[in-house]
Amino acid sequence: MSDQDQFDDIPGTYLFDRHRSRQGYHLNMFFFSLMKPENREAFLADEEGYLDGFPMTPEQRKGVLERDWLGMIKLGGNVYYMSKFGATLGRSFQYMAGAMSGVTQEEYADMMKAGGRSIDGNRSKSEEN
Amino acid sequence: MARIVGGLATSHVPAVGAAIDLGKTQTDHWKPLFDGYVPAQEWLARVDPDVIVLVYNDHATAFSLEIIPTFGIGVAENFPPADEGWGPRPVPTVDGHAELAWHLSESLILDEFDITMINEMPVDHGLTVPLSLTCGKDSRCEAPEQWPHRVVPISVNVVQYPPPTGKRCYDLGRAIRKAVEAYHEDLDIVVYGTGGMSHQLHGERAGLINSKWDTAFLDDLTRDPERLKSIPFLEYVRETGAEGIELVMWLIMRGALGDDVSEIYRHYHIPASNTASGLIVLEPAA
Repeated sequence: MSDQDQFDDIPGTYLFDRHRSRQGYHLNMFFFSLMKPENREAFLADEEGYLDGFPMTPEQRKGVLERDWLGMIKLGGNVYYMSKFGATLGRSFQYMAGAMSGVTQEEYADMMKAGGRSIDGNRSKSEEN
Repeated sequence: MARIVGGLATSHVPAVGAAIDLGKTQTDHWKPLFDGYVPAQEWLARVDPDVIVLVYNDHATAFSLEIIPTFGIGVAENFPPADEGWGPRPVPTVDGHAELAWHLSESLILDEFDITMINEMPVDHGLTVPLSLTCGKDSRCEAPEQWPHRVVPISVNVVQYPPPTGKRCYDLGRAIRKAVEAYHEDLDIVVYGTGGMSHQLHGERAGLINSKWDTAFLDDLTRDPERLKSIPFLEYVRETGAEGIELVMWLIMRGALGDDVSEIYRHYHIPASNTASGLIVLEPAA
């Protein structure tokens, strides 16, 4: 397998490589803008109007408005940038992780307390190990 | 002449900073993690370095996609805590050591490590959480009025692929040691590597933990650093979770300590929010 194929073979993982970085540039720069309190206020007061300042794709814009955390990652979002959006909404890394893996924050936190998601079965899609 | 007297590596989980800031370190959930840091705090107080060279990664805070330095060094007089979206942490401004930092940048670049010099750098949880964990004003990690040590921050890109290789990080550590030993002032320096251990924060695989892999990594910091230098990016991502790649920063600390080291202390705890929390204290062999 090529390096790219080997990365793509890891389940549930979206490498922030050159493709996603180019695809997600304006989405991530929107997230980054939320580090300033005045921008957080402006976004929360008028989400659509604020997003007009960032030339993202309609799909990315929809992901933001619908809080589609996994969808935003798939469209080039990076989790460290996205955490600024989460924080703006009062959402933690753990909340976003639960949402992306399809469970509630409580269920996710319980999984972590029990030792986390096992590596066994989560290494490779093709080999199912 | 300055000298490196020790190395410490620790995870830098933002939720750990929040637990400190909100006074939750003694709750049933958090106490086992924080108790594990007490021996490292005592070690640091005993060693009492003049400067901490702290290797960390910026989490899309001081740097955005506008500029992505692979290696950076903070050469300013001080570094303010950053607002990461929920307001800055209530911790003091970090005092730098500009004279040493400029010396390190000159020495590193002439030694062919083309590091980016940075004067304006708000520092995020990657830098302030390790400081809170190890040198709070008392053993319970309450925020001190002033950090007890000056800090030279060294930033490493581990957000945008590709991060530097483990070997490159280890070699940068060796170059830092050489630069420190050529510094004119008599300073004791401790090097921190931060980040890790196994964790994945995004995607359906979020929450991945691999304690067997982490334990082998901790073991081989003393037993077999050559193996650690050759671990490829793909293995970090597959075995430790996508964000486990932060562990390459521990290899900068390890490289700075010289060939032979002694393990003084370690602590490993699951979970710290999404993360396997690791801590290790090393000293150069006498």
